[in-house]
Amino acid sequence: MAVYSLKTAKEPPLGERGAVAWIRHNLLSSSFNILFTILSIYILYKILPPLAHWLFLDADFVGDKKSDCGGDGACWIFVFEKLKMFIYGFYPQAELWRANLTIALGGATVLIAALDRSPKALKIITILLLPIVSVVLLSGGYFGLAHVETNAWGGLLLTLVIATVGIVLSFPIGVLFALGRQSKLPIIKTLSVFYIELIRGVPLITVLFMASVVLPLFFPEGIDFDKLIRALIGITLFQAAYVAENVRGGLQAIPKGQYEAADAMGLTYWKSMRLVILPQAIKVAIPNLVGSFISLFKDTSLVMIIGLFDLLSMVKLTANDRDWLGMDTEGFVFVAIVYWIFNFTMSRYSKRLERKLDTNNRD
Amino acid sequence: MSFLRNEKVRGILYQLITIIGFVVFVFYIAQNTSHNIEARGIKSGLDFMNTTAGFDITETPIAYGHNSTHWDVFKVGLANTLIISFFGIILTTILGLIIGVARLSSNWIISHMAAGYIEIFRNIPILLQILFWYNVVLASMPSVRHSFSFFDSIFINQRGIFIPNPIFEDGSWLIGVGFVAAIIVGWFISRWAKKRHDETGKGFPTIWANLSILILLPLLAYFVAGEPAHLDYPALKGFNFSGGKTFTPEFLALLFALTIYTATFIAEAIRSGIEAVNKGQKEAATALGLTPMQSLKLVVLPQAIRISIPPIINQYLNLAKNSSLAAAVGYPELVTVFAGTSLNITGQALEIIGITMLTYLIISLSVSVLLNWFNNKMKIKER
Repeated sequence: MAVYSLKTAKEPPLGERGAVAWIRHNLLSSSFNILFTILSIYILYKILPPLAHWLFLDADFVGDKKSDCGGDGACWIFVFEKLKMFIYGFYPQAELWRANLTIALGGATVLIAALDRSPKALKIITILLLPIVSVVLLSGGYFGLAHVETNAWGGLLLTLVIATVGIVLSFPIGVLFALGRQSKLPIIKTLSVFYIELIRGVPLITVLFMASVVLPLFFPEGIDFDKLIRALIGITLFQAAYVAENVRGGLQAIPKGQYEAADAMGLTYWKSMRLVILPQAIKVAIPNLVGSFISLFKDTSLVMIIGLFDLLSMVKLTANDRDWLGMDTEGFVFVAIVYWIFNFTMSRYSKRLERKLDTNNRD
Repeated sequence: MSFLRNEKVRGILYQLITIIGFVVFVFYIAQNTSHNIEARGIKSGLDFMNTTAGFDITETPIAYGHNSTHWDVFKVGLANTLIISFFGIILTTILGLIIGVARLSSNWIISHMAAGYIEIFRNIPILLQILFWYNVVLASMPSVRHSFSFFDSIFINQRGIFIPNPIFEDGSWLIGVGFVAAIIVGWFISRWAKKRHDETGKGFPTIWANLSILILLPLLAYFVAGEPAHLDYPALKGFNFSGGKTFTPEFLALLFALTIYTATFIAEAIRSGIEAVNKGQKEAATALGLTPMQSLKLVVLPQAIRISIPPIINQYLNLAKNSSLAAAVGYPELVTVFAGTSLNITGQALEIIGITMLTYLIISLSVSVLLNWFNNKMKIKER
């Protein structure tokens, strides 16, 4: 009996393996493709080297005054010198530890929330406590802490405070409106639809104007809201409508059988929502929710128009310094990078979460 | 108290509580507001709309002068909002389409360049981008005397971009007639081509035929009417250019930022639309012997558009709403001149903010109605 042994396969020809094949298939597969490749390499050549020169190679990093910046590149000395302004705004020098502690607490909360192993109750409690603790810590007036006017809050600190408070407060309000919109009770449903569509139909800046100019008229004379609180109210109410729509999307994605099963178990409306429907609905809605939180983070820059000193407004403020005139380019680029890092991290995290939560047990 | 356990009774009770709470809340606010307005000596009502505004507006697409009222300010602002949205939507569609298609290219460099573009620009706040264009890019343009000049007809400098402007004289109506006629003829050609295709299967280059008719007919009308239109070139007179059409730095900064920012979202919408088409559809098209171009045109795109159009229209709406950020650079659209300057002069915050919000709301709701109509029309008709 003949014994046949398996021959090892021949290697593919040289043009079909390794880097050569990759280049042939991905860059040079047709004459059009060759043209596009050359064109795009040319565009990159026109953009990247000058950018690298401006950002790093010709830039000035060492020194402490404007005259130290002689090169054609960016003057990063300006950013280093003004870093405190960019991060804290006008927050008093002696109290900076409070601002640092707040940022550290925020970081710790994010870490707890992002860790898979931390218990759910801990996550919820820290997230709910964060805005309260940070506002008390920053504004002071209690526990022997000196009071710091919100006018002095600024820079990245203020941007983070607005974003955090906006995200945390808008979430429960948004969930309520989402439930209201899906409710069988006609009056509650109408009011919810009315609110959501009204807010989503107008630009944020008009809501902020409303909050900063019209809101004081709504309350008796004695009650005078702080400018920051007015902005927070505006942003929270605005964001709540978007959260509501995202959660509604989740609610609609839940199969009818889940609602019926919860009813059959004899759960009350609130119990069935809390234990059965919402956990699933929010899970479905998470990618969109994170998307709307990213929008909110970008939109916090609008408070600049109603006169708060957030991260973006620091660019003009620092570049108006007599010693550093004409430095707005560096300021804008630096601030853009900071915003970018935050938003990019959030969007990557949401993608990871989406994959992790994709249990896909419906089919 | 057993009737409280009845679901219907409880539903009515909940709603009763809600409505009472709502009415009390509204009443409380209304009372405070009227009291505050009286105490601060602010007028109320819409009479202010007919009083003279008394300030100048830099860009007035419709008539506006010294005697114009706040009502005119509103109209000018709204016109500018619509103008910037119109140009923004056209440019962002073109750019978004290019980036979206490039993102799906099989060419590694092209698709990664597109991905880089999307990731960079959609993660930077639009307001920052507007300010960057205004304060950094456009402010670094040369002075009027040292303008960049293209063919002596287009000029770029610190005061904006100057291009030739077509001037229409008597008899230009014939060009308009030619244009309308071209559209009507084009409609008949498309109908005929579709009918012939359905009956015989023969194709017809409808797009090219219609495009050439659309260009040729108005051109013919132009010559028949004795060349009644000419171009008005911008020319340097004294310290500035006169004649031609001017795009101010405020307008350009807003336009560039809105276009570049919104294009990232449109590109993503196009990509997800094309990727959402079932792989089996493409394979089936290939199995039928369609070329890649045919399969894209006849099988993939018709299905992708159904998915892509709703988010794209939402982005158009976002662009229109984001144009309100003009307030930061002073392009005179609705929020800048009406909710800004007019409000400061009259002090009637409640009325002015209310009108502004209502205007945006009407625009948004009409677009939603359009979108619902489109979704219903496009819905796959299943048996």
